[in-house]
Amino acid sequence: MNKPLRRIAIFCGLLVLALLIRDNWLQYVKADSLRTDPKNRRVTIARYSSPRGDIIVDGNPITGSTKTSKSGLNDLEYKRTYKDGAMWAPVTGYASQAFGASQLESIDDGILTGTDDRLFFRNTLDMFTGKQKQGGNVVTTLNAAAQKAAYDGLQKQGGKGAVAAIDPSTGKILALASYPSYDPSTFAGNSTGTDTTAWQKLQKKVNPNDPMLNRALRETYPPGSTFKVVTAAAALENGLYTSADQATNSPLPYIMKGTTTELKNEGNIPCKNATMRVALRVSCNTVFGKMGSDLGSDKMLAEAKKFGFDAEQFTPVRSSASVFSQDMNPSQTALSSIGQYNTAATPLQMAMVAAAVANNGKLMKPYMVDKLQSSGVDTIAQTEPQELSQPLSAKNAQILQSMMETVVKEGTGTKAQIGGGITVGGKTGTAQHGVENSANPYAWFISYAKLPDGSSPVAVATVIEDDNANRDDISGGGLAAPIAKSVMEAVINSKK
Amino acid sequence: MSSTTNTPTHHTSTIGAIGAPSRRNTELALLLFAVVIPVFAYANVGLAIDDKVPAGLLGYGLGLGLLAGVGHLAVRKFAPYADPLLLPLATLLNGLGLVAIWRLDQSKLLQSIGVAGGKATNQLIYTALGIALFVIALIFLKDHRVLQRYTYISMAGALVLLLLPLVPGLGADLTYGAKIWIKVGSFTIQPGEFAKIVLAIFFAGYLMVKRDALALASRRFMGLYLPRGRDLGPIIVVWMISILILVFETDLGTSLLFFGMFVIMLYVATERTSWIVFGLLMSAAGAVGVASFEPHVQTRVQAWLNPMHEYVLSRTPGVTGVHSDQLQQALWAFGSGGTLGTGWGQGHSELIRFAANSDFILATFGEELGLAGLMAILLIYGLIVERGVRTALAARDPFGKLLAVGLSGAFALQVFVVAGGVMGLIPLTGMTMPFLAYGGSSVIANWALIGILIRISDTARRPAPAPAGNPDAEMTQVVRPS
Repeated sequence: MNKPLRRIAIFCGLLVLALLIRDNWLQYVKADSLRTDPKNRRVTIARYSSPRGDIIVDGNPITGSTKTSKSGLNDLEYKRTYKDGAMWAPVTGYASQAFGASQLESIDDGILTGTDDRLFFRNTLDMFTGKQKQGGNVVTTLNAAAQKAAYDGLQKQGGKGAVAAIDPSTGKILALASYPSYDPSTFAGNSTGTDTTAWQKLQKKVNPNDPMLNRALRETYPPGSTFKVVTAAAALENGLYTSADQATNSPLPYIMKGTTTELKNEGNIPCKNATMRVALRVSCNTVFGKMGSDLGSDKMLAEAKKFGFDAEQFTPVRSSASVFSQDMNPSQTALSSIGQYNTAATPLQMAMVAAAVANNGKLMKPYMVDKLQSSGVDTIAQTEPQELSQPLSAKNAQILQSMMETVVKEGTGTKAQIGGGITVGGKTGTAQHGVENSANPYAWFISYAKLPDGSSPVAVATVIEDDNANRDDISGGGLAAPIAKSVMEAVINSKK
Repeated sequence: MSSTTNTPTHHTSTIGAIGAPSRRNTELALLLFAVVIPVFAYANVGLAIDDKVPAGLLGYGLGLGLLAGVGHLAVRKFAPYADPLLLPLATLLNGLGLVAIWRLDQSKLLQSIGVAGGKATNQLIYTALGIALFVIALIFLKDHRVLQRYTYISMAGALVLLLLPLVPGLGADLTYGAKIWIKVGSFTIQPGEFAKIVLAIFFAGYLMVKRDALALASRRFMGLYLPRGRDLGPIIVVWMISILILVFETDLGTSLLFFGMFVIMLYVATERTSWIVFGLLMSAAGAVGVASFEPHVQTRVQAWLNPMHEYVLSRTPGVTGVHSDQLQQALWAFGSGGTLGTGWGQGHSELIRFAANSDFILATFGEELGLAGLMAILLIYGLIVERGVRTALAARDPFGKLLAVGLSGAFALQVFVVAGGVMGLIPLTGMTMPFLAYGGSSVIANWALIGILIRISDTARRPAPAPAGNPDAEMTQVVRPS
């Protein structure tokens, strides 16, 4: 009976071989996808197994890690901490043991946790030198003073709002504030008592103020009159007008083409046949509405797209796409051209508009991560400034700059004046919304500051949505401009 | 079959092995490794978890060394010509199993659900009992052929053991679904582990007597030898019992193990391939038939096909029914181990929670020792099985051949069914990895199994009785219709 015995020996060998093949499939072929599966709790454990790398602003970490009491069943050794968490939340996002991670904490998790492949060499070195594994750092482009000015300004205002500030020449994001905000350290742990309660209190269905909404990037508001800057750029670029001081041949009252509806101005302002400079200074709806209507839907859309409308931006944190509709009839185009109808923009988008004008027509891609570092502060990756588009020529940009500077010098934006040789250009906006425009309008202000040498270090967009304020008080110039001013001053002072 | 024993040049024939080395010193040297490797692993766990050499290292090392030494001395004294690999391989697996169990004992999560904590000490006691049974087997079982006398008692014993878990008040439902445990006082026993050995004895004794009838009285049909109707009786009875196990104990593994063992032994005894064909057809029909109406089996198959779905269901509030995330957790553990593993004590196989140190212990090895380590473990199992089959080849009597191949085949099937289940190759069953997994029944029964294999291999490799001056006489004396 030895022949069957040999066959049984082969059969048993095949059984073991099947196990070996399956093992190779699991532990070699499928290993990476199993290891990095977000549902695999080891991912969370690894994230908190060593001090997490920091998010850095101006050389100082705005995050930290603290050892948790690894008692009982808690298998997570470290917990994320935040300095001025509420102020920085629109930048950092959160990293919570119980609720996952978002924004920079999630996008650069590999670097912060120390598992990114780019850290392989450093980690291997650490293994041999016996150093504990440590996450790398994310160095941001933000400016702490500007961020503080923005957040404090919003907080003092008390209503909901957001500020986005960028460096026009590079696209570096300098401030990104949203109010009301949340402190991510309140739910960074995994205690069912404190952390879960704090998390639940922040959810939109419990808290109508929706503090976890990043208004600077993820909320789109009708931009109102601030959009007139885009319309003016389109008019200049398409040769509709060639100078700021050329009469625009605009009627008053203005009946929108194809309708019997009159497009009205706010108050009794000198808009009849006004020049673009005057029309921007006093914010004529009639002049810019007609301008957009004359240019037509397609040309307006093309220009808006060059400024970044209708596209998401990855900073690398995603911002929502701002909206400028396509295929509109003349009256819809007229309304859209003064920032009404379907037009909606994120604060970041409007900051990009101001920045492109300030940077002589070149729009730089906005970004907030300057570089990624290993724990030994070697640079692993550096973001290089990148041109996104050229919405207008340098010559036209300068014409638009002089118009926007007139707005601040003697128009609706005088509250943003800085003085001391600093030129400020800006545009106010008061966007109406709600049924029959019954809700309180949004107060907008977009601006840039120019140093005596002609360079522009900062462009900023501010929006305030105030449900409680007196309707008459809301105007971009009154509510939003002072915040923009303090942000611009903070940037300029920090450069000195 | 007797032709091989007549050919002196054939290497499987041990007749010419007069004066062959007993290989006891080889065994001793290998045993040294089998003790030292787990001791290092033990120290490694302590260093990884607490940054210090564990306090129990000396006790553990001495304990394992002592047990291995006792085993070795018993073999040296009572089975001097035994296979030199079986004892070291089993010791190595047992030692590594102890380390893994101790490593999981350190998990607070497992402690909190009562799965871990002091289990390594228990397992060391079970190991001592196992080695004791091993030594007793060697001392009292001077010749394995004695077991032949107990053929029908074995059958009765095996049936009782298999049916015990179904006795009301005695059976304990420990794992999800499978009823293969009994509870005696504070102990839980898995009678199936012992039934495996007793049943192998019965099959070997029965088939040795009946094999000629089963093999020769058959008709040839389409190249296959079809057995006579009345010879089909035994296989149908065993098949029915397997089906009953599957239905009432809801354990595919045990059912497959017993039926597979019988088919292997039947095939070896009769040399008729037709039995394999019949066996495969019958097990397929049985499995599909039962699966079509038995919800337990269906659940197992569903969980096997889509472990992630089970994981999600197990975490969804309001979902009724038994949904276990264990398989998905085990797959994550294997994947997270990757090629080289995390190293002892640095994985998170405790996430498997229930049965992490028993049915699923292989996941701990996979995660912490990686693909490399787990393949080594699987190959050690393969080596044990092949040494067992080698023993069967070398054995001179048909009973010994059948018993050795039955035990080795059952061991191989068990390893395949458990490891395949944990790795998601086949549906999960309620059995445990021999020697590695926590559990007294398994360790004790498997040491007895190794003891019997060592006894058979000793008889097989033992030099033939001194020739009475005439070499021809020797040949006539040894050749048996084996």
